[in-house]
Amino acid sequence: MTLRFRDDDPHEEPAVTLDCFLTQEDAHAVRVEAGEDVRQLIPHFDRLKLVEIAFPRFRDGRGYSAACILRESGYTGELRAEGDVLVDQILFLRRCGFDSFAPVQPLDARLVEHALKRFPFVYQAAADAAVPVWKLRHG
Amino acid sequence: MYKYDLYDQAIIDARVDEFRDQVRRRIAGEITEDQFKPLRLKNGLYLQLHAYMLRVAIPYGTLSSRQLRMLARIARTYDRGYGHFTTRQNIQYHWIKLEQAPDILAELATVEMHAIQTSGESIRNISADHYAGAAADEIEDPRPWAELLRQATTFHPEFSYLPRKFKIAVTASPVDRAALRWHDFALRIVRDEARDTGFEVFAGGGMGRTPFLAYPIRAFLPAEQIFSYLQAVLRVWNRHARRDNIHKQRMKILVHELGEAEFTRQVEEEFGHVLKLGTDFPRVEYERISAHFAPPPFETGLSEDIDRSDPEFALWVDRQTVPHKAPGYAIVNVSLKKVGGIGGDVSAEQMDAVADVAEAFSFDELRVSHAQNLVLPHVRKQDLYMVWQALDAAGLADINLDLVTDIIACPGLDYCSLANARSIPVAQKIATRFADLDRQLDVGELKIKVSGCINACGHHHAGHIGILGVDRKGTENYQLLLGGSGAEDASPAKITGPGFDEDGIVDAVERAVERYRALRDPGERFLDTYRRVGFEPFKEAIYG
Ligand code: SF4
Repeated sequence: MTLRFRDDDPHEEPAVTLDCFLTQEDAHAVRVEAGEDVRQLIPHFDRLKLVEIAFPRFRDGRGYSAACILRESGYTGELRAEGDVLVDQILFLRRCGFDSFAPVQPLDARLVEHALKRFPFVYQAAADAAVPVWKLRHG
Repeated sequence: MYKYDLYDQAIIDARVDEFRDQVRRRIAGEITEDQFKPLRLKNGLYLQLHAYMLRVAIPYGTLSSRQLRMLARIARTYDRGYGHFTTRQNIQYHWIKLEQAPDILAELATVEMHAIQTSGESIRNISADHYAGAAADEIEDPRPWAELLRQATTFHPEFSYLPRKFKIAVTASPVDRAALRWHDFALRIVRDEARDTGFEVFAGGGMGRTPFLAYPIRAFLPAEQIFSYLQAVLRVWNRHARRDNIHKQRMKILVHELGEAEFTRQVEEEFGHVLKLGTDFPRVEYERISAHFAPPPFETGLSEDIDRSDPEFALWVDRQTVPHKAPGYAIVNVSLKKVGGIGGDVSAEQMDAVADVAEAFSFDELRVSHAQNLVLPHVRKQDLYMVWQALDAAGLADINLDLVTDIIACPGLDYCSLANARSIPVAQKIATRFADLDRQLDVGELKIKVSGCINACGHHHAGHIGILGVDRKGTENYQLLLGGSGAEDASPAKITGPGFDEDGIVDAVERAVERYRALRDPGERFLDTYRRVGFEPFKEAIYG
């Protein structure tokens, strides 16, 4: 089950590997393994609808940097975290720009809601819309 | 001192609520220990041999009396009546119950304290010069930058699941009291020709099984770009570090494998990207934070005279106080290294006593040093005698700053599940052997550091004399190292040869010390003599 935080329709085309995506010019969805360089996708943003980033273990934090790089480079399509995705990491994943989640184990919707609402303020700007407290302090 | 505003407080309070829920779900079996472990570590909670250990953050080692009293209260209410100050200026409690941990965090939050990111694969509590704001030799107080970085790195979404731990230190003096080059990332405040503040930046240091000194990655970084630069470093490491072998995931290993030049190139390239995002805190925010660290209202026209008629007191003054930047004031070091005791351990009663002294005589401020002692940063010289009497009454007037009995020792096999050998009894035996103060003063500055295993929490790599506990065919064995330093002359210590048993290592240390006394030139410290004459004369003394 995929949890989505987007209003557009899900992109149903299966995601292909990064190598395939770079050579298949009609592909719109890509799956990125932990450790692969997402900057290779930057020239292809106009045809890219879905990026799925693998979390082989929830403690493997490479996907967080991958997501941030995509968002700060201007990618606006769906960004999905797939794999060992747990409720206790969901806030950070959202803040790094993930807007859909395909966890191996289903997530408890109530806990997800709490986790996303719990912290009223954040200290630093990230890929989400949250305003850092230094900005709130100085208007 | 920094005071929380409603934002800081709301964030800390939310954290307590979050951890309470996580503990509840763990106890209810809704999450596995494997899933829970990184969450509890990010809240300072380790599972040790006998109980949970809670490590509470003391950002840049600065405490108020009120906070120290709370630490005493926690020791009394939730532990066995004492706490243990650590080599990263934090405090830890060794007898904690999991179900009480959220209550402890809630109590800490009432005095603007927390245990956030004190362990686990996160950006750890930031350490700083423990004389910051008082040292006669500092360019400016480094703590505002440390506080800015504390905020910037707290719950950083991109860097909360790093390959390993990441340690930062900040100083502002030519003399290094924070072991800068043993950190993953270290900053020394400097000024350029235009007198603008910036940082000399070091990266890639660390102890553990493969010690590396941090290398100078940037000679001058404009101060307000520090968060961008730090993020660039973290990103290069987070993306490219190995994830297949926990012993090869520290940033120092990546730096070593890529080479300093290539690592620097990648960081600078990433810095170009990150700088454009505009995530650096603006000048006004630095100024807001900095205002909290304005110097206390030092009196002027104070006497520099100290009545030295009590000889015990005079000895204590000479050893335990250092020059302050304000005339008529001194910095007081409170030894937590009683001979025969456990270094860094303090009882709740002693914490209360030191809090009282700080409130009455040091503008309500205290510091924790990375050598596991306490500091009263701003004491009028005319009050020193009263301060000494109050400390003496609490059993805290020992005289041994930087001397042979001022030993750093990790918890070792008495507490730690990773240990190969006990550290505390070895430190106690060495201290007892050298207990005579005249002998200690004659030997002079000598930093002994003891670790119970290769993880090096006792900093044996940085000891003038280092001791490393190893497991040799099922029995505890100790290796001797010589020539390390954590100061501005940083260097890794070198293993002398075959190890010793517990009594043998004490004898070996004594032989090394006696060889130094025989070889030293006037004014030379142990380390100076070792560096001048080299390894061989010491090896010969130790192994005969
Ligand atoms: S050095 Fe080893 S024994 Fe000592 S505290 Fe660290 S892990 Fe434990």
